[in-house]
Amino acid sequence: MINELIERLFNWSNTNSSRDEAKRRLKLVIAHDRAGISPEMIESMRQEILEVIARYLEIDQDETEFTLESDQRITALYANFPIRKVKRQKLLVRDEESETTKT
Amino acid sequence: MSRIIVITSGKGGVGKTSVTANLGMALARLGRKVALVDADFGLRNLDLILGLENRVVYTAIEVIAGECRLEQALVKDKRQAGLVLLPAAQNRNKDAVTPTQMKDLISNLAKNYDYVLVDSPAGIETGFRNAIAAATEALIITTPEVAAVRDADRVVGLLEAHEIKTIRLIINRLRPEMIRQNEMLSMEDILDLLVIPLIGIIPDDERIIVSSNRGEPLVLDSKPSLPGMAFENIAKRLEGKEEVPFLDLMAHNDNLINRIRRLFKG
Repeated sequence: MINELIERLFNWSNTNSSRDEAKRRLKLVIAHDRAGISPEMIESMRQEILEVIARYLEIDQDETEFTLESDQRITALYANFPIRKVKRQKLLVRDEESETTKT
Repeated sequence: MSRIIVITSGKGGVGKTSVTANLGMALARLGRKVALVDADFGLRNLDLILGLENRVVYTAIEVIAGECRLEQALVKDKRQAGLVLLPAAQNRNKDAVTPTQMKDLISNLAKNYDYVLVDSPAGIETGFRNAIAAATEALIITTPEVAAVRDADRVVGLLEAHEIKTIRLIINRLRPEMIRQNEMLSMEDILDLLVIPLIGIIPDDERIIVSSNRGEPLVLDSKPSLPGMAFENIAKRLEGKEEVPFLDLMAHNDNLINRIRRLFKG
């Protein structure tokens, strides 16, 4: 109780500190710098990959993640597309198509 | 075997020249023969920080042009045996020399010295490329500010592409009080982001400005100071004494208010 009061009184513990903000922003910008990829490029890449995936799967658009992350001087692209359901029909159509081309 | 070390940062104004001057002085005090090279053509300042500005006669440009011998251009420090400065030209720009010319010049200089410290200009253009041409090691200077950290990372990438394998970090102008209030990146934060080995941390200190006003590097001061000790420690670590512990700046900068505050925090 007393702690909290003192903290609030003197504004000692600010939850959203500029130190954390600096670190978060740097992490992102450094990952981009290292990869030499612009945010626009990331976005168009995301769109195109999403288009391909959408042909086969129904994706939860709101929950997708698509980010560059850097760790130990290695940059990786992390993509997370939560699947709602598999588009069965589409797959069947594809199979039929390939069969017809065979004959 | 002499070591050619470039001191660089990407961003300007983070303290490259002060670090070069103090580190050179500290290494010379350890009994090493040290040559400091100002690679900032057109904006030279290492002579001024060292207090040697009135003794500059020839510069690297005259040596490269063959107008004087290398030894003639070197300014010997009278306060500290074993320390010399090769000044940069002030009336030319950075395109006046090529990386090959700089490499030859510095390799020549290295024959007679244990250390050649090259003070790089800010930026990543010609001046930077000249400064790193002969180097086999690099010290990256950064401050706990977003722009400086980002630029440092960029420079690390360029140095790696240039096959400079030994790259170590110096964090300059750390303010323990601000870190304690979570308003400044800490040493750990910066190491986390940059992922290169640390060789020194230097606290922000008014005395560094005072010493540059006088042209007397801090390590020359008979009174010991925290930043002076930080420079001496970096020199020792460069000499292979990796076990020299880092200064506990957070403890040094403690005061009563903070102690009371921690008491309440439990």
